[in-house]
Amino acid sequence: MTTKTNNQALYQIENLQKDYGERTVLQIESLSIHRSEIIAILGPSGSGKSTLLRILNFLETPTHGKLYFDGTAVEDLPPMETLRRVTTVFQNPQLLNRSVKANVEFGLEIRGKSNYHNQVIQSLERVGLAGLEQSSASSLSGGELQRVALARALVLKTEALLLDEPTSNLDPYNTSLIESLISEHHQMHKSTIVLVTHNLFQARRLAQRCALLLDGQLVEVAPTNTFFEAANDTRVSAFVHGDMVY
Amino acid sequence: MRTLLEALNESLSLMFTLDQRLFSVAILTVRITLSSLALSTIIGLPIGTMLGLAGRIPARGLIMALLYTGMGLPPVVVGLLVFVLLSRSGPLGYLEWLFSPNAMILAQTIIALPLIIGLTMAAMGTVHPSLAPQLRALGATRWQSAKTILLETRHGMLAAIAATYGRIVAEVGAVLLVGGNIETKTRVLTTAIVLETRKGSFALALGLGFILLSLTFTANIILLRFGNWNDHKN
Repeated sequence: MTTKTNNQALYQIENLQKDYGERTVLQIESLSIHRSEIIAILGPSGSGKSTLLRILNFLETPTHGKLYFDGTAVEDLPPMETLRRVTTVFQNPQLLNRSVKANVEFGLEIRGKSNYHNQVIQSLERVGLAGLEQSSASSLSGGELQRVALARALVLKTEALLLDEPTSNLDPYNTSLIESLISEHHQMHKSTIVLVTHNLFQARRLAQRCALLLDGQLVEVAPTNTFFEAANDTRVSAFVHGDMVY
Repeated sequence: MRTLLEALNESLSLMFTLDQRLFSVAILTVRITLSSLALSTIIGLPIGTMLGLAGRIPARGLIMALLYTGMGLPPVVVGLLVFVLLSRSGPLGYLEWLFSPNAMILAQTIIALPLIIGLTMAAMGTVHPSLAPQLRALGATRWQSAKTILLETRHGMLAAIAATYGRIVAEVGAVLLVGGNIETKTRVLTTAIVLETRKGSFALALGLGFILLSLTFTANIILLRFGNWNDHKN
């Protein structure tokens, strides 16, 4: 097992490449994701953002290169205890055909936790779904569904929280609510949050650092202000100004 | 109409007088049906689940074509095949199963397998492809993911089992061929109905039909109750 000491980084990527057949969808020379930071990954559709998240959640393995998590190289499928330090809120969350409460409990239940009733109720209160505990998940609106998905991830208090377009199909009210929940969770638990988004304003509001992916390649990573105001790469400046860069 | 009323009367009187012959026929029907159902479920559910959840498998098209052909397999052809296999000169003749309940169970299982595999596969098709990775991302082990996905499709699975039960319990051609409709040994409700109809005892035949329907109805009620066992979480 290869280890690497960098106390600041929760994830470290070195010469990572992901291929699907003949097609290379992701090629990142180097990227560190710091502990307790919110980093936004920006880029057009098909730029490899979601693939990167799946790799960071150990759902896929890189074709080449190294991924270090907490200083340890991740080879194939990591042990369950490592896997359970990370979770993802997907763009199209799939809820179980059970009650809202049972969905939020799921991650705790499979971890063998007990006495989580109050935790689950509080989590649902935080996402504004108090009173819907016993409702069937299939009866929820899009915004409610996304909030349940967020609640079931937040209740796990994982070290890393990966968010794949968590507000892409939502109205401004639900978007603002979810952004507040992300900020609040980050302040309370100091989780490392990787936010994949199309929404430049959202990235600016939430993230401490931003990165741009184009055609699977990392163009630039910079603190949010620098990224938006004084990026080194002209493609980043063009992207943040809404110009076509692809 | 008169025949139907007579049939109803006949079936009620047969049931309430606990007619010994009817009792043994009904018991054998239940025994053969449940044995075939259990065998086809034990073999078919895992295969259907695997085929339904596997993204890319070699020769998937061929497997599907074979499966759909199997779902429409004429029972008499299966009966004939099993008859040949189990006949004294056949490869399985040494088992001496011909004209025994075991032969009937074997034929019924062969008839039921493609149906339960196909319907389980269809039930699995209702699972969104990203459910499994999402469960993994929530920290589920492979076993926990599989169990959760199976629970998610329980209604489809039970529909598959109910349809398979219906096909087995209603089957007549194959069991007649390999069982021989021998009284107290291999006579089941369907073959008894055929016999009584041929003898012109329509009321008795219809009465047996009502009993067969009652058995199917009861089995489906039990399956539905079983299917709702986890719904308390809803």
